[in-house]
Order: sequence, then C-alpha cells, then structure tokens
Amino acid sequence: MKEIVIISGKGGTGKTSLTAAFAALSRNAVFADCDVDAADLHLILRPEVVEERAFKSGNEARIQPELCSGCGICSSVCRFGALRKKCDTLGRIGYTVEPFACEGCGLCVRLCPEQAILFPERTCGTLFISSTRFGPLVHARLTAAAENSGKLVSLVRKEAKRVAEEERRAFVLIDGPPGIGCPVIASVTGADRVLVVAEPTLSGEHDLLRVMELTRHFGIRTLVCINKADINEDAAARIEILASERGADILERIPYDEEVTAAQVRGLTLGEHGKGKALARVRAVWERLIQHEAE
Amino acid sequence: MIVAVASGKGGTGKTTVAVSLALAAEDGARLLDCDVEEPNSHIFIRPESLSSEEVFVPVPRADEDLCTACGFCGEVCSFNAIVSLKTKPLIFPELCHSCGACVRLCPQGALHEQRVVAGEILSGKRGSVELVYGTLKVGHAMAVPVIRAVKQQVAKDTLTIIDCPPGTSCPVIRAVEGCDIVVLVTEPTPFGLHDLTLAVETMRVIGLPFVVVINRCDIGDRGVAEYCEREGIEILASVPNDRRIAEAYSRGKTPGAVVPEIHSLFQDMLQALMERANLTMRAALLVKTTLSAGEIPQQQKSEEKE
Repeated sequence: MKEIVIISGKGGTGKTSLTAAFAALSRNAVFADCDVDAADLHLILRPEVVEERAFKSGNEARIQPELCSGCGICSSVCRFGALRKKCDTLGRIGYTVEPFACEGCGLCVRLCPEQAILFPERTCGTLFISSTRFGPLVHARLTAAAENSGKLVSLVRKEAKRVAEEERRAFVLIDGPPGIGCPVIASVTGADRVLVVAEPTLSGEHDLLRVMELTRHFGIRTLVCINKADINEDAAARIEILASERGADILERIPYDEEVTAAQVRGLTLGEHGKGKALARVRAVWERLIQHEAE
Repeated sequence: MIVAVASGKGGTGKTTVAVSLALAAEDGARLLDCDVEEPNSHIFIRPESLSSEEVFVPVPRADEDLCTACGFCGEVCSFNAIVSLKTKPLIFPELCHSCGACVRLCPQGALHEQRVVAGEILSGKRGSVELVYGTLKVGHAMAVPVIRAVKQQVAKDTLTIIDCPPGTSCPVIRAVEGCDIVVLVTEPTPFGLHDLTLAVETMRVIGLPFVVVINRCDIGDRGVAEYCEREGIEILASVPNDRRIAEAYSRGKTPGAVVPEIHSLFQDMLQALMERANLTMRAALLVKTTLSAGEIPQQQKSEEKE
C-alpha cells in the first residue's frame, strides 16, 4: 500500500479538483481529505457516512468561579494571555479562561493554589469514514476556531491507512492542506510520494520552492505538475527548471480550463463531466503518477 | 483602523485584495502579511531596503548534571515535545509550544530555556505602503509565534491591513484577533461557498464583524450570492474575472495596475469599510454608555455646565 499526498504550498491551485479526478480514475484506492480546516473533497465525492466519531484532542483550562480567590497566579504564568480578570456582580475579582487563546498546556491547572481550575478534554472536530462511488473516503470537520488541526490530520491519515489495509487497497490518495506548517507536516511525513500542484505565477513559484524545501527536509520523493499552465507559459517553463534542479520529476502541464469549474458546479469529477481541454492532461498526470509508483 | 483579509479556502484572492486595499489608501497604510507559511504580499509590493529580524521561541534544555531522570517533564508536557521514560529527556523543539511548564515544574530545576529560531520578520517600504511580513522557518510546525511577532507591528494611527493565512484554525484566529473588521474573500463556486460558510462560522464564534468580497464573480454559480442574502451578510464588492488580471498576477502585478477601474473599486471598498468600522465603534460606545448606568458621559457633563 502506497500513500500519495497532493499538496500545493499556495492555496487554490487545484489540489481538490485534481484529487477528485484521480479518484474517478483510480481502481483500487482509499481517499483521505487532510485539509481539515476547509475540506472540500466531499462536495465532489458525495460520501455516504458509514461511521462518525467525535475527535477529542488536548485539554482546556476552565476556572470554577466559586473556588477562584482572584490571586492571579494563573494569569502571571500563562504565556498565551489566555486568562482574563473579571469582576462579578458582588464586586469580587476572579479570572476566566479565554478558550480561543488557551493552548492547553495545563501550567495554570498545576499551579493554582485553590485547585480551582478544571482541565477537561477538548472536542476539536468530527471524523467521518464514508463510502463513495469510487471507494472509501476518510474525512473530518474541524470545529470552527478550534486548535490541533495537525493532530486531526494524523488521525485521518491513520484511519485511511487502516481501511486500505483491511480492504487490501493499493493506494491511499490524500488531498492535503495549503501551507508548510503543522497540518502539512502531519500530512506528508512518512508518505511514499508527494505531488505538488503548482501554478505559473510568481506567488506560485515562491510557494512551490518553500514546499519543496519542506519535502526535501523530510526526505519525501516529490513530483510536480503545473496547473493553469497557459496563464503564463514562460513562468511555467521557469518553474519546471527550478523544480527539476531541486530533484523533482516534472509531470504534465494542465491548461486553464473553465470546464474544471463547470464540473465542480455540477458536483462531478472532471472525467464524469467529460468535457474540456484539461481532461486529457489530467489523465496523463494520473498515468504517470501510477507509473512512478510501479517503478 | 485594522482590516483583516481572510478566507476559508486558499487561492481566492486574499493577497490581491489586501495589497490592493493598502495601495488604495490615500494616506498610506501598513500591510502585515500574516500568512507566514506562504507569504506573497512582498511579491506585489516589492519593498525597498528590507530589514530583517529573527523570531525566537524559548525551548527547554536539560542540564545533564542536575537531571535525575525522574520523567516528570515528559508527564507535564501536553504537546508530546518531551519524551522521558525514566531517562534523560529527549526534547523535540519543533513540537514545543513554549509554555514553560516543564521548566517551571522540574523538581531539580534542571531545565532551562534557550532561544531557537522559529522564523523571520521582514519589513520595508515602497511608496505609501509599509510592509511587514513573517516567514516560518521550513520544517517548523508552529506558525503562531511568527504570526504574533508580525501582529506586534500593528500601526497605531495609520490604517493597518492584515493578510491572513487560509483556513479556520489557530493561525487564522491569531491573525484576525483585535481587528475592527474582517473581509472574507471567496469565489462563487461550491468549494468557495462551503469554505465561506466555515469562515463565517469562525468569525461568529469569535465575535468579529465581517463582510464578503466575491472574487472572479462571474465564474461558477449563484450559490455564494444566495447564501449571503439568506444570512443577511453584506457583500462589500464583486471583482470580475478577467484574464488580464490573472496574467498580471502571474507577473506580480496588482489588478489596479492593469485595469484602472479596479483601482477605484478598491478605493470605494476602503471608504465603505471605514464607514462601517466607524458605525461599529459608535455602536460599541453607545453600549458602553448605556451599561455604565447613572454615569454621565464627559461631553454631556460639559454641556450641562454651559
């Protein structure tokens, strides 16, 4: 079983549209949406949820107002500015925890002389294991404004791998998040291969080089394809040179195609939509990707 | 005034909107690029004479002579950044949140903090725009300390525009907190709509006022417009899809540089944002005045004297 992760550095280059198109072309894969902040793959794969689980991760401090003496030790030790001084209706000084600021380190919990601070587990989102017309999909929804998306990413990957092993599927195809931080690191570490979807713009070039530095840092074999290549063919050519100098294999160029948006509006993969000049190139990317895996 | 430009989905045009708003400000603006994982504003602003400063985070280090391998630090760490199973602690700086718990709680006082580079802050100016942007060190997982460092550069008296990272989790929250209004940039597609609903939910949870800008407004479908109407969300502006804009973007040029009428569109947007922020501030003042019952506002007092 091989794990292939599709990432981009920059957002909006076409990761999800490509992953969905690959899903329709694959014969024997499990799909995982690791962009848990803003997951979209389900809009095209239209899953039927088989199993649903609350995702708990870490803890958060919660002060019991009746026990708080207002000494302020918690506030003085907190590095995240998560404790707020409040005055109640009787004029007593006490502290409360700002949940978006609390990172759940537990230092205040341990140092409170009144033992007034509880430390319950934090629910950060929901994990789904689903079936789709192309195969199983593991996806998640992060609670709005929640923390720990890297840990939820790891869980989505772990579950997708488990399903792939149980059903003896050859691939786990992962739709990754944008950026190079915690969720991306959680998506790519230990994967067999990364496909970076780049776009031929100065921003795209800048972001591709940073994300390639990351895959190199973690020693993951990297492929690059350029989407919307005809927006700027010179930039596309330059990006291909820069990427291959850094050890990436270059796959096809995919042209800008309004049919990609039209397919998305219909809730279909590009192959099901069956139109547009990008389609043949997307198929070619998939075939080369599979070839690479066979080697 | 502080305006944050955010979106759930990546690639909808946050940077384009943020940079264009900064350039539309007649009295100049400070632009803070908080998308420290993949900052792009500098490509469009091209600031002159950049100065840089490293961002450090404190990370624990064990004094081998004092450590008795009791394993308490590993127990205390909530982020799996310390492994100590009755051994000298093994510390993973890239997972450390710098909370300081292990250092403070080590019974032997054997841990102390040393500074580790998490990223860099760069600042420079071109024309009337002062740009400050952060870059997360590649391989470092935690973007938040670098975002915090960029956020410290909020201008006191001039307009500040914040270019936020995509998503709905901690980096976005740190980037938007403390701003007067959030501009959510989206595109009129099913992905754009879905991620907009998540961004709206996030803004409502943290209680910040927001408006929507629809970019490439003539592609896709009517879903975003209908959603905004249903939810009573103000659409501040719609920016048309134009191949000239896309090609200019690919060369690091803003839409206003190639399609002049777009520049005035952003000037109007900025004007509308200022008016809206003023209204919100006045409303907040009114609430404050009503809450402090019995207390007469300063201005009224002096009027009474007269």
